[in-house]
Amino acid sequence: MNEQRVSEILTRYQGDSSSIIAILQDIQEDFSYLPPPVLKIISHELGIPLSRILSLATFYKAFSLKPKGKHRIHVCLGTACHVRGAQRIIEKFERDLGIKSGETSADREFSLDAVRCIGCCGLAPVVMIGEDVHGKVTQTKIPGLLKKYKK
Amino acid sequence: MPKLTIQDLEKIREQARRGLVIREGGAFKAKINVHMGTCGIAAGARTIMTALMKEVERRDLHDILLTNSGCAGLCSQEPMVTVELAGRAPVKYVNLTETKIQEIFEKHVLGGTIVKDYALGIGSEKTDY
Amino acid sequence: MAEKETQKTYRMHLMICAGTGCVSNHSYEVKEALEKELRKHGLENEVVVVPTGCNGFCERGPILVVQPGNIFYQQLSVKDVPHLVEEHFLKGRPVAKLMYSPPETKQPVPVLNDIPFFNKQVLIALRNRGLIDPEKIEESIAHDGYKAMVKALSEMKPEKIIAEITLSGLRGRGGAGFPTGLKWQLVRNAMSTNGGQKYIVCNGDEGDPGAFMDRSILEADPHSVIEGMVIGAKAIGATAGFIYVRNEYPLAVERLSIALKQARDYGLLGQDILGTGFDFDIQIKRGAGAFVCGEETALIASIEGRLGEPRPRPPYPAQSGLWGKPTCINNVETWANVPTIINRGAKWYAGIGTKTSKGTKVFSLVGKINNTGLVEVPMGITLREIIYDIGGGIPGGKAFKAVQTGGPSGGCIPKEKIDLPIDYESLSEAGSMMGSGGMVIMDEDTCMVDVARYFLTFTQDESCGKCTPCREGTKAMLEILTKITEGKGTPEDLTLLEDLAPAIKDTALCGLGKTAPNPVLTTLRYFRNEYETHIQNKKCPAHVCRPLNVYTIDPGLCLSQGHGCDVCRRNCSSEAIAGQKNEAHAIFQDKCIKCGVCYDVCAFGAVKVD
Repeated sequence: MNEQRVSEILTRYQGDSSSIIAILQDIQEDFSYLPPPVLKIISHELGIPLSRILSLATFYKAFSLKPKGKHRIHVCLGTACHVRGAQRIIEKFERDLGIKSGETSADREFSLDAVRCIGCCGLAPVVMIGEDVHGKVTQTKIPGLLKKYKK
Repeated sequence: MPKLTIQDLEKIREQARRGLVIREGGAFKAKINVHMGTCGIAAGARTIMTALMKEVERRDLHDILLTNSGCAGLCSQEPMVTVELAGRAPVKYVNLTETKIQEIFEKHVLGGTIVKDYALGIGSEKTDY
Repeated sequence: MAEKETQKTYRMHLMICAGTGCVSNHSYEVKEALEKELRKHGLENEVVVVPTGCNGFCERGPILVVQPGNIFYQQLSVKDVPHLVEEHFLKGRPVAKLMYSPPETKQPVPVLNDIPFFNKQVLIALRNRGLIDPEKIEESIAHDGYKAMVKALSEMKPEKIIAEITLSGLRGRGGAGFPTGLKWQLVRNAMSTNGGQKYIVCNGDEGDPGAFMDRSILEADPHSVIEGMVIGAKAIGATAGFIYVRNEYPLAVERLSIALKQARDYGLLGQDILGTGFDFDIQIKRGAGAFVCGEETALIASIEGRLGEPRPRPPYPAQSGLWGKPTCINNVETWANVPTIINRGAKWYAGIGTKTSKGTKVFSLVGKINNTGLVEVPMGITLREIIYDIGGGIPGGKAFKAVQTGGPSGGCIPKEKIDLPIDYESLSEAGSMMGSGGMVIMDEDTCMVDVARYFLTFTQDESCGKCTPCREGTKAMLEILTKITEGKGTPEDLTLLEDLAPAIKDTALCGLGKTAPNPVLTTLRYFRNEYETHIQNKKCPAHVCRPLNVYTIDPGLCLSQGHGCDVCRRNCSSEAIAGQKNEAHAIFQDKCIKCGVCYDVCAFGAVKVD
């Protein structure tokens, strides 16, 4: 099963080893993380040492070696969001979800991450849940937002 | 063989521009205002608008502005339009039909001659804001 | 199909903003509602809805501009649609209550050009914003898209193109302001080993927090960037190009992919472009979330599939870039300027701006400002004009304190310098830099020590760790700043900061490290008193540094004004508030986590912070 998904992704890039970052991105998107057994397959198929793949996987923030939640929450901590109180927003998420930034909730519904500016500064503070951008978020709006995605 | 030549590209540009000229707020040769209040629509203003759009499209014109406004206040003589050629006073036409508007388009909008038989008078309420 | 639609004549075009900001404000729902309502009134063959890229006035989204007439509607919601369609599009009566009313006059302004936010702007890089559907190449072509490319490919020799760009005075819009013509000349002159391959790269790794012009250009007018790159390719002799786009910009990647495909289908990219014998094609490379990749040598490493770590320069990418070949890297906004310069001529372009900085610059106006959004203004405009005339001033009657430019590499400019005409040089003299054009406005409620600490957190987090000054030096500075914001600072800490800063600046490997101390240096230079208050009085005057804050409730106000409304208690997440309805409330200091939510929700000003 996994092998098939991986080979589909590899075919997309015709085994081009310089496309390794794009390949990892597609895997991350498809599996919601980079499963170690999958990385081994890629290492073998592309002839890239596993150590090099792991160094890429840990250098770039888009990658995660642990599974992420069904809904990925990204709280923007860009400058505009910061001066409009983003730090308090992320802490409210941490309290309500009972997890720290970078973690996934026990029921695998949500994972929480900080992100450096999603370029939506006009609507600061901004939170991205999945693909949806929510602007002008306040602490009091957060319980409602979580409820909306949970069901 | 290239997929497209420079001449082809210019043709595409010309063609595409025609549909979009309306966005540029450039100089229009004529502005035709169809009065489309509830009464105007009930009296058939929609047919007049469609007929005008057909004229513009058929003749491939892109310097004619078709616009609408609310009731012109003379409900008994709907459908009505106001034709305004650049730099000239607006003219109001009343009791229009598809044939009449085609004639007005031909003679007044394109030819510059007012069709006196259908005209109510010269002058208009303000439609610019 | 798309071709047919643009050819069809409509009497009215409804240009709805589909930039990221407006989309998050539900502009797609409004678009669908409009289409449904138009059909209901049988107007679907007379009036067309066109999704466009970012209009710029993000604060007021979703935005709809009606053509002809340039009528500007703002903050639309689905429930406004039936009334709007019936009144304006059916009966021709524009709806005043959906128009923008400036806070000063409260008078609705119907026409876009009359709104102060727009009327001081000069659009070159953003020339097509709100005018075209970015997913239809024909609309770009209708607005002179690829016209400059035709001229460059068919009439101009490479030397002539470079001379034109040099004469225009265009400088890199990504931050450093290196003259674009000179860069092109260097790449043209560079000898390429085996086969003479050279590359063109568009840097769309817009990393500076608070800047989003590149995202906006890629979303609103991707063809302007593609066209600029083809012209650059002809000038330097490249046959392949890459656009590196941030991972966080999915919509930009999507629109760019569509644009590249359409350009290829039309033969505007690929082999023998327009029969001129010139070959060039472009690939998209997605970033993977590393700020340092905006640095050109790190970006090159990332495109090659390696760790995005910078390397020492020289050699510069102009000599040895992608796969060791001469490579010309310019940022999105720079490329978007190129076609207009070729079309209108270098002299025209050089007529705009200041002595050393020509043309316009796009700024993202964000933070504590009324009209947040994207603005394009001539170089040399003053901060005052941007903040007050275009930006509409500071919300809530608060006092303007500073503006931060240049992202983590830049600095904070104080209110005393509000009449500073902006260009590359004036900003550096003030201790900051142009950067990519982020302009974060700060008011009396912003703490400058916290801002410095924020940027150090950023650089410390984004430091790739390759060189010691950046890896360890920023860490040491951050620790000191954290101490100060927690009320544990000593006067010696300021001296230590001032010693560390130049050491890091002089010895770090790349731009990220070299400029990391700037936010600390400028805040120390202009706002030293704020540091001193934190250290000596253990207070944060702006009440931002939370360990120093104490929240209390004025029992009299709580009862007399709010009748013990209980809203604060219900919103408190640490059960730190005692009281019930019709009673004065109080805060248990030992339980309070200082999240400030009680202060935010109290409608009666009964919650105090000190």
